[in-house]
Amino acid sequence: MNEPILKVEELRTYFDLAEGTVKGVDDVSFSLSENEVIGIVGETGSGKSVTAKSLVGLIDKPGRLAGGRVFFKTPEFPERQKGGYLDLAQLQGDEYTKIRGKHISIIFQDPMTSLDPLYTVADQMTETIMFHQKVNEKEALDIAVKMLDKVGFSNPRERVHQYPFELSGGQRQRVVIAIAISCNPEILIADEPTTALDVTVQAQILELMKDLQAEFKSGLIFITHDLAVIAEMSDRVMVMYGGKTMEYTDVFTIFEKPMHPYTHALLSCIPRMDQKDQVLEPIPGQPPMMLNAPDLCPFLPRCPRKLERCLKELPSLIHAEGHYIRCFNPITNGVSHG
Amino acid sequence: MNDSGSKVLLEVRDLQKYFPIKSGFLIQKTVAQLKAVDGVSFTIDKGHTFGIVGESGCGKTTIGRTIIRLLNPTGGNIFLEGEDIAILKERSLKQYRQKMQIVFQDPTSSLNPRMTVGQTLSEPLLFHGMVRSKKEVEERMSQLLSSVGLKPYHVDRYPHQFSGGQRQRIAIARAICVDPSLIVLDEPTSALDVSVQAQIIKLLKELQGKLNAGYIFISHNLSVVRYISDRVGIMYLGKMVEKGDTNEIFENPMHPYSKALLAATPIPDPKTRRKRKELLSGQVPSPINRPTGCFFRTRCKYAMPACEKEYPQMVRIAQNHSVSCHLYSLGEPEKIVEK
Ligand SMILES: Nc1ncnc2c1ncn2[C@@H]1O[C@H](COP(=O)(O)OP(=O)(O)OP(=O)(O)O)[C@@H](O)[C@H]1O
Ligand SMILES: Nc1ncnc2c1ncn2[C@@H]1O[C@H](COP(=O)(O)OP(=O)(O)OP(=O)(O)O)[C@@H](O)[C@H]1O
Ligand SMILES: [Mg+2]
Ligand SMILES: [Mg+2]
Repeated sequence: MNEPILKVEELRTYFDLAEGTVKGVDDVSFSLSENEVIGIVGETGSGKSVTAKSLVGLIDKPGRLAGGRVFFKTPEFPERQKGGYLDLAQLQGDEYTKIRGKHISIIFQDPMTSLDPLYTVADQMTETIMFHQKVNEKEALDIAVKMLDKVGFSNPRERVHQYPFELSGGQRQRVVIAIAISCNPEILIADEPTTALDVTVQAQILELMKDLQAEFKSGLIFITHDLAVIAEMSDRVMVMYGGKTMEYTDVFTIFEKPMHPYTHALLSCIPRMDQKDQVLEPIPGQPPMMLNAPDLCPFLPRCPRKLERCLKELPSLIHAEGHYIRCFNPITNGVSHG
Repeated sequence: MNDSGSKVLLEVRDLQKYFPIKSGFLIQKTVAQLKAVDGVSFTIDKGHTFGIVGESGCGKTTIGRTIIRLLNPTGGNIFLEGEDIAILKERSLKQYRQKMQIVFQDPTSSLNPRMTVGQTLSEPLLFHGMVRSKKEVEERMSQLLSSVGLKPYHVDRYPHQFSGGQRQRIAIARAICVDPSLIVLDEPTSALDVSVQAQIIKLLKELQGKLNAGYIFISHNLSVVRYISDRVGIMYLGKMVEKGDTNEIFENPMHPYSKALLAATPIPDPKTRRKRKELLSGQVPSPINRPTGCFFRTRCKYAMPACEKEYPQMVRIAQNHSVSCHLYSLGEPEKIVEK
């Protein structure tokens, strides 16, 4: 396997509120290779977006990086590298702009928040392109048109002069993708890029993202709460719960032989369009409260396999049978989900 | 089941709901009609669930709200237990209101934040004269709370003290407290996490067994609809393009739009990962300016000259399966069952 371009180790991002501390991300680890898709899946509040934002320096007060390393292989800041990697967690404020948008791009769920309604597509695209590349305005416009063509606009020369409100939801998300890939980044982070879209449009966007990823051989971090979309897109999958990496392995193993009780429970409670007379097994209880959460496994209160030990200490993320898993009592003889 | 006359709970026949598009500065004139629901027919048996699926804007919510008369229909009939409630005026409608309840997608905005759970539930009980004494209210209340999986001590709490899933349980308790025979569930789990969604779906199924109520389950999530529905209708631009038994629709979809919708839905199994499946191109046309003939023809790869001329009739192609597409127009035109 090739050496990863990104290695995230024990990442922690905390929010200091008047009522206490919210450990939005608390011990997340994964790595990403060139031409690979990592899917991050988890329920609301599990820390997916905070993970994504932490990678690219988008955490603002009251949030702070409270620990961990984000090693990224990049030509930027050569003097600060160790073993060919730059630790992004050490960058300060402005320094991120040399990375974000150029080497690592991020796409959010709602395209309307990433596009400025007052400016045309051309204005917004050329601004990003000229910020990161040494080109003049005309060249930037040509790149913009080329990118719009790549993301599937049939008449990009005209479309580029339109305003966001003149486009449909799916078209806007295409524009956002075009901007994100316009500087040919090594890593693209997509945070629920299709959640606001209808399924036929979602299918178009997913297909587009797969095609672009194959063409540019970039690394893709694909975030969603939808296990079906994860199955469709990912090479490897990281399951998050309560701010933590719970399980992390290749996509086939996650779906066929999940080891973590949470992953297993999650797969048993989703209705499936391809199955007749399915039996659902809901997970009892609620997702965890994140404020001043105890240093124990966040799934503990809902877990059917909990042990005495789970009430006393937090399991760390360990490597076993090709899995990374955080659990004292994993399912080891494999339960099938055919 | 004994005789078929008593089995049917609801029969919707050629239902229409148009919204006028107005224009003009001082004097507003109706310049066009937005045909949100345009000739939809289906039936629901007692204790059964009819699922309505389709993409945003196809008219799902409008159907649900029109059937229970939160909106006035533009045309068509709504037979609830044999009575056409489409034509009833507000005063005569009152006795039917109790029989028809609705649960919305967002429990936060559908519950009054200043009312405790107890107040929320006792109001409809008292309004519809379902309880006579304070003691009866309390008995009914604790029974209701336990049937939706809440605890008796929850009765004095306010909505903000509950999680999203628990709030949806309260909204369901409010809907079932007056013993309705029909409940419209408009995306009741779309705002919930998957682990909580399963709890709510299971609860709805259990309650249906107890109450023998008919459900109209509206969702854009095909997997949830397959799980909960006995029969399903697929909508496109205000029309139902295909309807039938759930397994039939999911295993043997006939309408090109139904096929595309199913093909576009991802499945949580990496082994079935689609390989360059045929994707639907383009977008849904504007509902104010729909194509002539079949509304789907502009995106349909089977479109023929006939499709431009007239909208295809709904034809029955199997015992419990009808489709509205010129490809199948040799079938037996669906006859409207007269009362
Ligand atoms: N600016 C903030 N201030 C305080 N807490 C925050 C802030 N941003 C996020 N959090 C908290 O951090 C935790 C993780 O949030 P995050 O947005 O990463 O969840 P998510 O997995 O992306 O959820 P969703 O699926 O709803 O998008 C949550 O408990 C959230 O409340
Ligand atoms: N009060 C209204 N006035 C005018 N147009 C309306 C009104 N309510 C709905 N519409 C229009 O009617 C059509 C159907 O809307 P409806 O809300 O029923 O769709 P839906 O299938 O429920 O969509 P979604 O999945 O987004 O909830 C849409 O084009 C919508 O814009
Ligand atoms: Mg998020
Ligand atoms: Mg709706």
